[in-house]
Amino acid sequence: MGSDYAIVGGGIVGLSVAYGLLNLGETVTIFDEGDLAFRASRGNFGLVWVQGKGMKQPAYAKWSRNSAALWKGYAQELEEATGQTLSLQQDGGYGYHLTEESLEQEIKDYTWLKEQLGGDYPFEVLRLNELKKEEPNVGTNFAGAVYHPEDGHVNSLQLFRALAKEVRRKGAKLVTSVTIQKVETAASGFRLTDDSGKVYESEKLVLSAGLGSMKLGPLLGFKAPIRPQRGQVMITEKIPKLMNRPSDTLRQVNEGGVQIGASAEEVDLDDRETPATLAKLAREAIQIFPDLAHVKTVRSWSALRIMSPDGLPIYQESLTCPGAFLVTCHSGITLSAAHARLLPLWMEGSHTAPELDPFGEDRFNV
Amino acid sequence: MFRRLKPQGQKIQIFFDDQEIEAIEGENLAAALLAADVTHFRSNPVSKQPRAPYCMMGACFECLVEIDGQSKQACMIEATVGLKVGTLKDISGVDDE
Ligand SMILES: Cc1cc2nc3c(=O)[nH]c(=O)nc-3n(C[C@H](O)[C@H](O)[C@H](O)COP(=O)(O)OP(=O)(O)OC[C@H]3O[C@@H](n4cnc5c(N)ncnc54)[C@H](O)[C@@H]3O)c2cc1C
Ligand code: FES
Repeated sequence: MGSDYAIVGGGIVGLSVAYGLLNLGETVTIFDEGDLAFRASRGNFGLVWVQGKGMKQPAYAKWSRNSAALWKGYAQELEEATGQTLSLQQDGGYGYHLTEESLEQEIKDYTWLKEQLGGDYPFEVLRLNELKKEEPNVGTNFAGAVYHPEDGHVNSLQLFRALAKEVRRKGAKLVTSVTIQKVETAASGFRLTDDSGKVYESEKLVLSAGLGSMKLGPLLGFKAPIRPQRGQVMITEKIPKLMNRPSDTLRQVNEGGVQIGASAEEVDLDDRETPATLAKLAREAIQIFPDLAHVKTVRSWSALRIMSPDGLPIYQESLTCPGAFLVTCHSGITLSAAHARLLPLWMEGSHTAPELDPFGEDRFNV
Repeated sequence: MFRRLKPQGQKIQIFFDDQEIEAIEGENLAAALLAADVTHFRSNPVSKQPRAPYCMMGACFECLVEIDGQSKQACMIEATVGLKVGTLKDISGVDDE
């Protein structure tokens, strides 16, 4: 006997979905590859971020806002269940702009988006003098910021840990240090084979293997047109409070370090760091917060994003193997709440399931 | 509290927050400070809790001290004659709420 759901990939996406399915009373088995895998969930920036999402696709802006709105209750529930602090702060965030041109362009884009959403999209433009009131430590040598009141950040490693703990407590089976190499349909669902030849069965299957879905997706009839995109990040020594709110390039984490990032590089499956890119990130950070010039970085790392051609998530049930779901996205922290609370309803065919058509794979048909 | 395993070597003076401390030339600075009963290297800037070396191998940054106005990992530095070491002050220009 297998379990109701096999979840291939125990990153933040797989664990969020698993958590949601367990809450609906399903049983799940999660398969994860282990330390050699590329894992965006361990190297991300920790933003719960609405700004910049769906600039050309309002449905994605809406979906991100939905998730941001669910985050508070979701985080509270996880904190109470696990006794771990997630350090969620959702008090707004900034997109800093170094040049007037880039700020002007951004204002145009947000104005368009707001129109598309019937006026329901909050943002403000803060020039330096207004920004200074909110963030007294910013410099004077850049254009300003777009402020979005729904943006925020979280300790994403604690989130990862809390989810891993809670899904176990709720009875999920975790099979770790295995690579699922083959997935196929079987009489009553799916058959999975790992790298040692061991076979598992399940009624339904969620493919949330991050970059691993590139290989496994086509076996289940998915296009899975995803690619890696490298992001480099660094963190400073712990300092007293320098900034009140996060931005998409700079945030002070709850322990005091300032996280600076992240680059966006098309370099295939290469997750090395490069001094030139890190230096550029540091220079731009200092342009916004000049005090950072006196602060040391203590660590840097890089990780690979999981990108679709248009940057939107992919939620697709297989047309050839019904019961298999592909779930992948490049903002798995932001969307963790929606993945836990809403996606399982879609998988279970509930009438309260969210409208996910804009995120299906038929958008990639030419 | 801490005792040197091999107390041989050239005895020198170093300073921690202007207080003279005896060390052995070339020894690990964090070890030298611990041997002189310095156990409060700095305070965590967020929690304000006292901190001291933890890993002694450059990974944890708990041993930060100030040397020449810069924060340095004491466990990654050798004790040299007359070295002036201090507890870290808050980073200049950054207000401490
Ligand atoms: C630099 C950077 C910054 C980011 N910043 C943010 C941010 O601020 N906010 C935000 O919302 N998102 C951010 N992201 C994106 C976010 O990290 C990802 O969307 C999220 O981690 C994706 O999670 P995942 O579970 O899909 O993938 P992964 O974390 O990659 O997990 C996939 C898992 O699948 C397993 N696996 C793969 N193949 C197999 C197989 N064949 N068999 C078994 N297991 C397998 C792997 O072991 C792995 O654990 C960032 C990403 C990067 C790289
Ligand atoms: S004691 Fe850990 S870095 Fe020095």
